[in-house]
Amino acid sequence: MTAQANGISGQSPEIEAAKINMAVAHATPVVPAEDLPLLRIEGVSKNFGTFRAVDRLSLDIGAGEFFALLGPSGCGKTTLLRMLAGFETPDEGRILLGGRDIAPVLPHERPVNMMFQNYALFPHLSVWDNIAFGLKRAGMAGAAIDTRVGEMVALVKLDGLEKRKPDQLSGGQRQRVALARSLARRPKVLLLDEPLAALDKKLRESTQQELMELQRRLGMTFIVVTHDQEEAMTMANRIGVMNAGRLEQVATPRDLYEVPVSRWVAGFVGDINLFDGEVASHEQHRVRIATRDGGIIAVAEPRRMVAKTVVAVAIRPEKVKLSRRGPESDAVNSQAINRLDGVITDVSYLGGSTVYKIRLDSGAVVRSSMANTARLEIDTLSAGQRVVAWFSPDDCVVLEK
Amino acid sequence: MSRFNITALVLGMAFLYLPIVILVIYSFNASRLVTVWGGWSLRWYQEFFNDRAMLDAAWMSLRVAALSATIATLLGTLAAVGLVRGERFRGRALFSGMLYAPLVMPEVISGLSLLLLFVALNAERGFWTVTIAHTTLTMCFVTVVVQSRLASLDRSLEEAAMDLGCDPVQAFLRVTLPLIVPAIAAGWMLAFTLSLDDVVIASFTTGPGSATLPIRIYSEVRLGVKPEINAICTMVIALIAVVIVIASLASKLSSSQGESAAPL
Repeated sequence: MTAQANGISGQSPEIEAAKINMAVAHATPVVPAEDLPLLRIEGVSKNFGTFRAVDRLSLDIGAGEFFALLGPSGCGKTTLLRMLAGFETPDEGRILLGGRDIAPVLPHERPVNMMFQNYALFPHLSVWDNIAFGLKRAGMAGAAIDTRVGEMVALVKLDGLEKRKPDQLSGGQRQRVALARSLARRPKVLLLDEPLAALDKKLRESTQQELMELQRRLGMTFIVVTHDQEEAMTMANRIGVMNAGRLEQVATPRDLYEVPVSRWVAGFVGDINLFDGEVASHEQHRVRIATRDGGIIAVAEPRRMVAKTVVAVAIRPEKVKLSRRGPESDAVNSQAINRLDGVITDVSYLGGSTVYKIRLDSGAVVRSSMANTARLEIDTLSAGQRVVAWFSPDDCVVLEK
Repeated sequence: MSRFNITALVLGMAFLYLPIVILVIYSFNASRLVTVWGGWSLRWYQEFFNDRAMLDAAWMSLRVAALSATIATLLGTLAAVGLVRGERFRGRALFSGMLYAPLVMPEVISGLSLLLLFVALNAERGFWTVTIAHTTLTMCFVTVVVQSRLASLDRSLEEAAMDLGCDPVQAFLRVTLPLIVPAIAAGWMLAFTLSLDDVVIASFTTGPGSATLPIRIYSEVRLGVKPEINAICTMVIALIAVVIVIASLASKLSSSQGESAAPL
């Protein structure tokens, strides 16, 4: 399936990518052996009793990727990661690493290492011994271990702390020890389970940057599990959004945000306004959707849409513009623009932006987010004012699922 | 602290420890009569070290305590590992219930049933029967101590060890075992002291010529308390006190390495 290779490189057109991603989630790929990606997960399922944690999931991850598994808690992302590490055995399906099925291989025989959510540092061993632990098990010579541990200590900037025990370290330092320990064996794939969840916000941001830099420098494949979409968006080249044991969408951060394939993804990643309706008409690259509340929304959509198809129109709040009189610029083609009248019911000032809640005359509620680009706002909008919300057809996405 | 609290504390401590203090003081009594003070002396300690039968009993007790505590620690630790780390097996609840039965079973019943067993097996009663009996008594205590420590250990530590190249056995030996050693040591010492001061089970399961120290003391006392008994008791108290202090220090060390302590 060459389409998946396109997905990895992230160069395919957005819509194309969206279609591919739908296919990735459900189809069982058939590929000649030499085209195999580094890691291929093939129809993998895992049940705990009657609960299906992972449901016939297929996914390819290429060498050198920084891949994020994103989803709410209980969506199966950690179970999937633990199956890659070998702590859980899939009930069905195959996991191919470099062409070899590793599903039956025990954890200690896999060329994969994991960084645990709570770090799982050995409390009775020093920083040095923690990092050297995996190297000793691999039967590395003493001098080589010294060199490698030294490299790792320098890599994660822990110089001078080698003799400390884990309980004498700060949270951030422990995180670094855990990272160094899991990197020391130079695994083909590094699995990171919520690697930054235990750090405070400031430290989390700087650590994100360091992780990305590290991954680029080492050229290693990183698979990170997170429930924090911002973290996934910042760090990963590609994100797999999971829900109820299935992959809803696999895409670059940009595609995930701008071209979600389902209402669920659109709602999970970022904030979204959804209008339920059905296709009213379709002419060249432009679909008109009759919304349930009686309006018409024009959407740029190259796909052929059959009339009466039940769909939803999704528009991100920051793409909904707001003013008292509506669009003024001549550059805006007034015929093409979607225009909605309503009253502001709620204003939330968030610092960098302000979110307005508008009750439309049709009864629907729309949110608009506006960047606060000037320190002193001359013409402030406030609750109770009548306003016009408008947005371009190009900024809308039609969701069929 | 208020005056009332201090008074209550003093009275309470006196109630608990005054008899022991008196016993210790009277062990240094020069007089032949237990209740009459005749000045300080180490005479009765000397007497004890010349009393062949008493020394044999003490030696017997120490050997039984050390061996039964060691076997109990081995089996008790294995049981704890099985209960905490093992897969859910059939009859797990029954197993753990049966393991803890000796905790609540009256010692007379344990002793009697063991006696019946040894008689039925036609086993010669002596050192080995007492050792086996004490092992069954103290194993559950070791299991409780080790189990609580194991349960507080993060499972992911073992997973991390396996992730870094250990097979399950190596992971246990290199990561789990070092972390539960203090609890195991505490369990051993608990078993040791329990065995050392047991009279009931020992009296059921021992045979002629192999009395343990508590049995020996008990039979002496029936003929009238000799001041020598005070000296022996004082030494036993000292030994047990040392063991308890070491056990609690070990347990403290264990908890400082992990999240929560083994209760002792």
